Formats: sequence, structure tokens, C-alpha cells
Amino acid sequence: MIEVRDVTKSFGTQQVLRGVSLDIRRGEAVVIIGRSGGGKSILLKHLIGLLQPDSGIVRVDGEDITAMNERSLLRVRRKYGMLFQMAALFDSLTVEENVGFVLRRQGLESETEIRRRIDEALDMVELPGIGHKMPSELSGGMRKRVGLARAIVYRPEIVLYDEPTTGLDPIAADNIDRLIRRVWETLHVTSIAVTHDMKSARTISNRILMLHEGRIYSEGPTSEILESTDPVIYRFVNGISTPQKSQ
Amino acid sequence: MPVQLIHQRFRSFITQLGEVSQLLMESIGSFRHQRPSWKDFLYQLQFIGVKSQSVVITTGAATGMVLCAQTFLQFHKVKMDTATGAVVSIGMSSELGPVLAALMLTGRVGASMTAELGTMKVTEQIDALRTLAAHPVDTLVVPRFLALLASAPLLTAESVVVGIVSSWWVGVNLLGIDSAYYLVNMTRYTDPPDVLTGLIKSFVFGAIIAVVSCHKGLTCQGGAEGVGKATTEAVVVASISILIVNFFLTLFLSRLFYS
Repeated sequence: MIEVRDVTKSFGTQQVLRGVSLDIRRGEAVVIIGRSGGGKSILLKHLIGLLQPDSGIVRVDGEDITAMNERSLLRVRRKYGMLFQMAALFDSLTVEENVGFVLRRQGLESETEIRRRIDEALDMVELPGIGHKMPSELSGGMRKRVGLARAIVYRPEIVLYDEPTTGLDPIAADNIDRLIRRVWETLHVTSIAVTHDMKSARTISNRILMLHEGRIYSEGPTSEILESTDPVIYRFVNGISTPQKSQ
Repeated sequence: MPVQLIHQRFRSFITQLGEVSQLLMESIGSFRHQRPSWKDFLYQLQFIGVKSQSVVITTGAATGMVLCAQTFLQFHKVKMDTATGAVVSIGMSSELGPVLAALMLTGRVGASMTAELGTMKVTEQIDALRTLAAHPVDTLVVPRFLALLASAPLLTAESVVVGIVSSWWVGVNLLGIDSAYYLVNMTRYTDPPDVLTGLIKSFVFGAIIAVVSCHKGLTCQGGAEGVGKATTEAVVVASISILIVNFFLTLFLSRLFYS
């Protein structure tokens, strides 16, 4: 479904991606892990065409999106939903207007049907009856759940999650993880998340890719990666800042 | 100043000019892809047109009164008191009205647009818009662009009328100019091209404010500091552009109407 080949990306003199290649198949739940500032979010933005690589190719269903202009990309992006790190809700719109943004913009359905789908999406993220509220009235966890409702209301094929649990307390984070898992299971979407939260990675993925020094260092089933004895993966997964000296 | 720095600044200027021109073309070309949202347009029209009235009315009134007093003081020396109305009317219609209204709109509306779009950019709301398959130009720029094109000439006309009425009041009631002579000379020497010149200029200035402000907002980088910097740059660039373009428009339109 998504193929990435030899993607490089630099900002000024700093090279963030140094030849990333990966494949994501339809219906998978993939998590990309790696250190903060290691380029995970940058890589995620390449998958939806929000950033263009300096070199390399990103193909979505066989179409090279790196060769497309912004208008052509709009068609490809209809396949995607994305939950941003800080939710990125439109702060001048109510929750209901945020969630229904795409449906109203497309104008393909009646207002009654649009309202029904908004309510359905808000129910799915366990936030019924808050449609009239403004984003500024919501807590961090609620904002993320509204962001998730906005991302899934139009039934995308692929949902991207940028650090979905960052900044949340453990209970709110667990709630978001369960919702992501439920979205994957019930809507049969392809789920791609970047995170450095290992508990979250365990819950929401069936495959993990590790980004290290600008490249995909390792990939495999979730349990295999989380139990790996490779020193780089082991240190990251277990949060060890310095290499342990052998006894 | 080292040659390298001059080269860098010139390159940056040309790049930005290219980006602004591209945004202008994209805004015009947007109509082929997406019909503008009436709701967004009317919201912007209300924000730009209705809420800017106090600013442009005050500017027009103050300018008209000062111009009347200054002109009278000079003309009185050569016994041309009654020509004051004509000078104020032509000056307000073709030059001061459109330029000062545009500068006030740059400060009130342009700064607000840049700050709003800049904040959306740094909080990833623009990226969110793009992921929802909405083009930022169609959704954010076009309603603002159209609202400014529609409201700038109307606000300028309002400012000019208020300026002329204020100057008449000052001239007649404070400076002792005969009302009949004031009005006759004003209407005799003010031609339709003077009014048309002002309206065409205000239309162009409206486009400059919209495109420069939206460009600075959409290309804003960093956090709060970036938004502040982009807002300042938008006001400075739009104001200077208005003053420069005004000079060339004056030359062009005077040749067009009076040659």
C-alpha cells in the first residue's frame, strides 16, 4: 500500500533522513519508534505528502506522491486521516464543526446525515454531547480524541498518528491507545503511528519499525522487537541512557 | 555592507516576490477548482469591512480637516481661499484617501490576518487542513482576498466622503470660507477620473494587503516569536509596497485618463 524508497531529507545542514526504505501493507498496524528528534514525525509527514523528500520515492497504491503538486495530492490525501501531536483542532470552530469539516466541505450528504456521522464519530471516541464546545474548553486528552474523531469521520483507508500519547497522563494515554486499537479493529484501516511510548507501541501495533540515525535500523513483529537483545533496540525499549558495562 | 550580504538580501527579495506572485496566481486560479465559501467570505467581509469603519472614518475625517486647514493657510496668502475645497477633494479622492485607508487597513486587517494564519501554521492547523484534503489557498486565502477586494474600495470611498465633508465643515465654520464657492470650486475641478483613480488604487491596495499578509502567515516559522516577526514583516512589506505601487499607479492612471 505504501512504499518508501531511499528517502533523504535535510533541514539546512542537518540531515534527518539518510535513505529510509520501508513497506506498509494494507490493514497493518505499524508503529515507528525512535529517539526524540530522530525524524519520526518528519518521516510520517512524508507518507502523506506534507513534506517532500530531497531524494527518494514515496508510493501510495502505486502512485509516486513525490512527483505531485499540492492540488494532485489532495486526491491522494482523501485516503488518509491524521491525528497530530497536539491534535491541531481548528480553534475558531466548535468540536462539531471540526469533526464535520470534511463532510460539509465535500457537500455530498444531507445535513441530517452529516450530523449523524459526526455523532457516530464522537460516540466512537467516547465523547458524546460535546459538539457545541470550543477546542479551548477541552483537556489535552479530549482534544486528541476529538482529533481522532475528525480523522476517522470520513472513513479513510489509512490513519496516521503523530505521537498520540505525548503529553497525556497514563490513564488518558491508555484511553487513546484503546481507541486507536478499536479504530484499527472495527474500521479495518491501515494504522501507522510514531511514538517513543513503548507501552503504547505494544498496545496499538502488530509490527514495529525502528528509526535510528536516519535509517530504518530494524523491523519485525511487535513482540520480537520489544524483546530484542540487540543493544541499540534493547537500550531504547528499556530506556537505558548509557551502554551497560559487562560484569 | 559586504557584497555577499547585498547579494543575499536581493536574492531573498526576489524569492519572496516570486512567492507572493505565485500566491496571487494561485488565488485567482483557485476559482477553477473550488467555489469560494460564501460563509467564509461573508465572515471576512464583516471582519474587514464592517469592523474597519471606525478606523477609516477617523482617518478620513482627520486627514480632510488637516488638509483643509493647511491648504487654506497657504492659499489665503494669495487670496485663493475658495479653491481650498477643490484641492482637498482631488487630494482626498485620488491620493490621500486610498493610500491612508490602505495603510490603516494594513495595520488593522493585514496584521490580524498574518497573526491568525501564522498561529495556525505553527500549531499545525494548516497541515491538518491539508490532511483533510483542503487546499489552504482555497480555504483560507481566497475568502480573505475577495473580502479585501470588495471592502477596500468601499472603505476608501467612505473615508474620502467623510474627509471631504469634514474639510467643508472646517473650511466653512472655522476658517470662514463661503460655502457656495467652496462647493462650486470643488465640483468644478474634481473630475470623475480623480474618483476613479482612487477606487482603482484601493482595489489594487486591497489585493496587496491580502496577498502579502496571507503569504507571511502561511510561511511563518517557529513559535510565538515567528508569528510576531511575520506580523511585523507583513505590515512593513505591505505598507512599503503600497507606497511604491501608488507612485507607479499615479503615473499610469494619470496618463491613461488625461493623455
